[in-house]
Formats: sequence, C-alpha cells, structure tokens
Amino acid sequence: MVVDVQNVSIKYRVGDFRNIGLKEFLAQKIKGQYDAKDFWAVDDVSFQLDKGDFLGIVGTNGAGKTTLLKAVSGVIRPAKGTVETNGQISALLALGTGFDDDMTVKENIYLRGAFLGYTEKFLNEKYPEIIEFSELQEFENYRLRQLSSGMRSRMAFSIASLIDPDILILDEVLAVGDAAFRKKSEAKMMEIIKNGTTTLFVSHSLAQVKKLANKVLWLDKGKQMAFGDAKEVCAEYEQFINTKKK
Amino acid sequence: MSNKEKRKELKSRIKKKRQKKYQKRVKTDERLKAKKQKTEAKQNKKAEKLKRKEAKKKSGPVWNHEQKKFLLKQLIRRDFKSRYKRAALGVLWSMLSPLCFFAAQAVVFSKILGRGEHYIAYLITGNIVFHYFSDATTNSMFALQANGGIISKIKVDKDMFLFSRSVSCLINFFFTAAVMFFIIAIDHIPFHLNFLLLIFPVICLFFMNMGIGYILSALFVLFKDTQYLYSIFTRILIYFSAIFYYTDRFPEPLQNVFYFNPVYCYICYFRSIIIDNTIPSLFIHGLCIGYPILFMLIGKIVYKVNDNKFAYYF
Repeated sequence: MVVDVQNVSIKYRVGDFRNIGLKEFLAQKIKGQYDAKDFWAVDDVSFQLDKGDFLGIVGTNGAGKTTLLKAVSGVIRPAKGTVETNGQISALLALGTGFDDDMTVKENIYLRGAFLGYTEKFLNEKYPEIIEFSELQEFENYRLRQLSSGMRSRMAFSIASLIDPDILILDEVLAVGDAAFRKKSEAKMMEIIKNGTTTLFVSHSLAQVKKLANKVLWLDKGKQMAFGDAKEVCAEYEQFINTKKK
Repeated sequence: MSNKEKRKELKSRIKKKRQKKYQKRVKTDERLKAKKQKTEAKQNKKAEKLKRKEAKKKSGPVWNHEQKKFLLKQLIRRDFKSRYKRAALGVLWSMLSPLCFFAAQAVVFSKILGRGEHYIAYLITGNIVFHYFSDATTNSMFALQANGGIISKIKVDKDMFLFSRSVSCLINFFFTAAVMFFIIAIDHIPFHLNFLLLIFPVICLFFMNMGIGYILSALFVLFKDTQYLYSIFTRILIYFSAIFYYTDRFPEPLQNVFYFNPVYCYICYFRSIIIDNTIPSLFIHGLCIGYPILFMLIGKIVYKVNDNKFAYYF
C-alpha cells in the first residue's frame, strides 16, 4: 500500500477573521460578532492506493478536493483519522508560489528547486536542462518581474518536471502555457506518471479523468460519495451532474 | 383472616425485596458496562493517538539534511538580497538608522548626561546592540506571513523561514558592528583580546531574537496590528535600556529592575568588555543564557499550539 487514508476528517475555519487586528478581534468578541466558524471541509474519507495507481478526484467546487490533497501531502494535519504514505511525495499544488519578483530567473530556479527538495548538486547538473525546456535561455538574468505570466508558468513547470517521486500530487497542473508548450508539458507529465508513480489528481475535466485515472474518488461537500473503479464512479458522477442540471 | 393477610404481606414483601435486588443487579451491571465502555473508548483513543503520531512521522515528504541545508542557503540568500533590493548603497542604507540615532544622542546628551570618559563608546554600543535586537525581531515578525503561499502548499519546516531571516539580520549586524568598532577606536579605546568574548552575547542575542521572532511571527499571522503594537513597544523599550544615560543615578534597588529588560543585559555585557575591559559577573552570564532559553521555549510552544491554525490564514 502506497497511500492509506483512513477516516480522515479535516476541520476548516471560515468567516471574516483574516486580516483583522487585535483591536477588531476584541471589539467583535465583545459585541458577539466574531464570525469564525469551524466546519468539516473533509468528512470521513477513506481510500487506499497501490503502486502505479492513478486516482482522479472529482466533485463540485468546495467539495474539499484540494484540502484532501493538502492532508495527503502533509501540509495540514487532519483533525480525525490517519494518512499514511510510503515514499517520496511531490506535491504540485500551485506551481506559481515561492518565487521572488526581485530575483533573476536563475536565482528563482534554485530557490524553487530547493523548495521542491532538490539538492544543490542535482540542480547544478540539471539547470541547463530546465532552462532549455522552459525556452528561457535569453532571459536567464532577467528579473522575474520582467517576465510575462506565460513565461513564468513555463519556468515553474520546467522546474517541477524534474521530480521523480513515488507519490505525485497534482492540482490541475497537468499542462501550462501556450498550445505548443501545453503539448510538451503534458507529454513530460505523462512520462513521470508512467514511471510507476502513484498519482493523485484533482480535475474538473471529467474527460481527462476518464482518460487517465484507473480509480476515482468522488467528493461532495466534504463527504465521500464513492470510491472505486474509474468507469463506474465516473458514470455515477455524470448521472449526478445531469440530474442536478435539471 | 389475619393469617392470610400476614402471608399476603410476607409474600409481597419478599416480592418487593426480590425486585429491589434484581434492580440493583441490573444497575450494577449497567454501571460496569458503562465503565467498560469508557475504558475501551479511552484505550481506542490512545491507540488512535499513537497511530496518528506514527502516521505523522511517516506522512509528507521526508527532508534529509542535505536538502534542508540547501533550502536554508537559498532562503538566506533571498532574504538578504530582498532586503537590499540590489541597491549598491543597500548595506550602508541599513546602517543609517542606528547611526543617526547615535549622532543625535551624541549631540544632544553629551553635555547633559555624559561624563567625559568614553561617552561616545557608551552611546554607540547601546545603539548598535539595541538596533540589532529591534531589527531582528521586527524582521522575524513577517517570517510566516511573507511565506504564507509556500507554507500552505508545500510541507516545509516553518522554523526555516524564521532561521533564514535571523541569519540575514545577523549578517547585517556584523556590518553595523564593524562601524561600531571603528567609532570605538576613534574614542581612544584600543582593541584588546577580551573583545573576542563578545561572540558569546552575540550568539545568545541571536537565539533570543529568534525566540521572540517565533512569538511575534505567530501573533502577526493571527493579528495584523501586532506590527503597530510592537513598534510602540520597541520605541518605549529604548528608554528603559539605558542607551544614553547611566543607571547608577537610580537608587540601588531600582537599578536591579533593569535586569528584567533582556536587551539591557546584553548592552551591559558589551560595555563591560569594551569600555571597562572586565569580564561581566556570573549573574550577567546567567541572564544572557537564560533569556534565549526562555523565549525559545515559549516560541516553540506557540508554534506547536498554532501549527494547524496557520493554514486557515494564508
């Protein structure tokens, strides 16, 4: 068993409690207007994955898909239940984070690489490959702020594409950039996935899930609706969506 | 009649007794059952806790020493660079604030509070040490918030962000300390070997700043006006750190109150080595070690308690 998620529930807090100061906090508390409620973003979810499994997670917005991925990758601890994983995890939850606008492309590649757990030796070795794959050779010493958003995502993807994890966690980042780069990046991702990685993948595109996944987990408002063979669960989910439309 | 009645009564009494006994038995049975269930639930809870602890160890990417070192190096480089935004005058710029304070105090207070002997050295040590304290703690306050994006996406030790900021402030302190030694030399204090002992308070101060940084960075995530409140606090603390006056003007018992101010202890250490060329008492040494331990402990606890909460705020 590579991933073993058992009865996981994750509490989340919603409300107008961010970006307030001690002053407002106290004022709201006194007036009884303090608006922060705990709710179960993920409620009693269990599934197991073996080596090489590709899990697609489907569900409407706010179903708790990303939250569940965060628990598997270890960013947040579940309030109940256990997550057990065996092997190196790479979580590509959002490619664009962890960059610094005032540093050059080269410096950012090293920084982001360090966040992904690469070693210095490995990065020194692979740096030419990254810069070539991202097609940013002429921009090596540009500050990140001078790059277009497409260039940024190309760079971000190229750094991430060097991972060789046992467990890969993807949040709709299968492909980025313009049409040509999309093709290239998707091919690269598939290469990693086919290397025997266990993959957890969140997507709103049912077609993509059908194409790639062998197991599907369907969440709705935090609750586990179904987990199992991709075809069956996808069919159920499709039916559910169709009835909802009516 | 009476016999019959008596018999009836006896029978009913026996019946009642039996019923009572039976009820008692049922009650104790229930109690026992409840007890059993309770202990079972407790055991289950314990088992789950253990399991979760184990799972916690297992889950998430495992960072080895080499990876951590590399990340730390990159973080320190980033923090140091972003601080100076690549300006050529960057390092000089950061010295401006303590030096201006020093210059203003030298002009205003020399005549009123100075005693002729090495008042310049007295002022510069106080200012530089205090500036390191306020600069490092204020900078660490933003360690979590500034990295919120990454913290909510990748599993990293949160301590690393704090540590990298602390190191970049320490590097900055070394530059200002160089200026301090230059001014001390102008004040006719020759360099002596005891100066090397200053490494001790610097290390202690580094960890105390980090400990306070733990507390402040956690608070800043939860309450955005921490920044404002803390800046008031440090501005007031200046007046209680004996930066530009001598504490021996106060009566004896009041003088000891100053030791409750950790920054004052470090300033004392610096002055005693630099100006008096004497090694401070064991008491001062104890305080210099005690404060960092205290603040690191509190800070670590604050992080541990709020660890899961931070994710809601980014």
